[in-house]
Amino acid sequence: MISMSSPPAAATQAIQDISKPGDVAVEFDDVSLAFEERQVLDGISFQLVHGETKAIFGVAGSGKSTILKLALGLIKPDSGRIVVLGEEVTSMTENQLFELRRRVGIVFQESALFDSLTVRENVAFRLYEEGTVSEEEIDQRVREALSFVELEHTVDMYPSELSGGMRRRVGIARTIITHPEVLLYDSPTGGLDPVTSNTIIELVVKQRDLFKISSLLVTHRLQDAFTMGTHYFDRTENRMKPLPPHARAEVPMGFLILRDGHIIFDGDLKSLRETRDEYIREYIS
Amino acid sequence: MELISPTDWAKEKVQSVQEYSLIAARAIGNLFARPRYLADTTQQADLVGVGSLPIVVLTGFFTGGALAQNSGVTLQRFGSLSLIGQLVSLGMVRELGPVITGLMVAGRNASGMASELGSMVVTEQIDAMRALGTDPMKKLVTPRVISTVFMLFFLTIISDAFGIFGGGVASSLFFGVDMHQYWSTAWQILVFQDVFMGLAKPVLFGFIIATVGCYYGISARGGTQGVGRATTQAVVASSILIITVDFFVTRLSMTMFGQ
Repeated sequence: MISMSSPPAAATQAIQDISKPGDVAVEFDDVSLAFEERQVLDGISFQLVHGETKAIFGVAGSGKSTILKLALGLIKPDSGRIVVLGEEVTSMTENQLFELRRRVGIVFQESALFDSLTVRENVAFRLYEEGTVSEEEIDQRVREALSFVELEHTVDMYPSELSGGMRRRVGIARTIITHPEVLLYDSPTGGLDPVTSNTIIELVVKQRDLFKISSLLVTHRLQDAFTMGTHYFDRTENRMKPLPPHARAEVPMGFLILRDGHIIFDGDLKSLRETRDEYIREYIS
Repeated sequence: MELISPTDWAKEKVQSVQEYSLIAARAIGNLFARPRYLADTTQQADLVGVGSLPIVVLTGFFTGGALAQNSGVTLQRFGSLSLIGQLVSLGMVRELGPVITGLMVAGRNASGMASELGSMVVTEQIDAMRALGTDPMKKLVTPRVISTVFMLFFLTIISDAFGIFGGGVASSLFFGVDMHQYWSTAWQILVFQDVFMGLAKPVLFGFIIATVGCYYGISARGGTQGVGRATTQAVVASSILIITVDFFVTRLSMTMFGQ
């Protein structure tokens, strides 16, 4: 278990100001999408409320990552409606989407760092693009973001010099530097060893419990999502700790399972464990 | 090998033309939009301009030299060797300078742009850029278009100059033509329409090289193999387009100026 530095107070305050528990952060309403002949999503509907983290499961090719790209407007659905932070993504132009994307962050499966830029330039990319932030502030915010993922020493390195796990953590730092209201994680632990995976999951839990960030997390690793459903981030000890069994329902953690383009489960950890669906029982066993 | 129906093939081609046209139109539209990526444009200008200088100088020089050797033999037969300067000068400025420079820069930079942008597509860097609120068309395509158009214009002038110089060296070495006479005839024959035609072409060719390179890069699919395919297609398509557009610009220019 790693220990991490405390979150910056200003950032915590900013997130608390924008978080409205109970409100819907992301909503999919009867969304369908086909790639050529193959129906990837077939009329899926779900909601992610503010402050909640929802883990999305499904076999490879079931459309998990597609959901994240749809939420960001990187691809358009064939039909249906997607609302993110009160804005209807499906009816927005690319230029309008650029504004919305400043409030939504995504961590890509292979981190998608810009390989010709240093870690500092990668993490500060959005700040440089905004063009209104001073160099001193950029330096300070880069240090803060990198300290959150415990990678301050990599600031002048290039992505090719980092390990897979370090690249994912830099990806997280790049995403959180502007304190987005919604975070989308695309298989953040895919292909990593258990120790590094745990480090990444601890960062996700830290975002959820300290900053009350709403998140969609695509993963193949069931144990990662169960860890998130059974642990919380202790601010005083600055580390992730297991929850007592009676308190597990208090964690804002949801589970969503996709099969053949449909949602076959959308609920919390308790109902997932109690489900009688044969496919789901086999999946989680 | 999988057979594709003619209808699907035609649809695919029409869609490619449509996507290319959209990228080209947005590249032009973004010239007047903010933010302007001056640092990226300068970096690309260095890559295209300074980076291509040695090959442009060499190909210009030797093309002019070869043109002088070939035309010298024919002119000698008719006793008109004194016209060699005019012939090389007109040939280089109106035709060979722009086309050879365009083809060289296409081979070097259209492929570079396609492979760079293609790699960014397959590693999700383009999606990451969009997700971070930055328009890849503005940040990646427009700077490449501006810098290629701008630098190809000057590279063509350099190529023309070295081509005429190469022609002069070859004329003097192989046919004993007086260098002073060569230069004065080469200079005097050039009129406004020759220079106009010779300098309108690199503007169009630069636009073709950058937009075709970027189009194939952004459309790359299928991992590293797809990037390799995009790179080859970018060079082939931009080279064919350069030669085709050259034909029509020459015809149009002759129609406009009457020669």
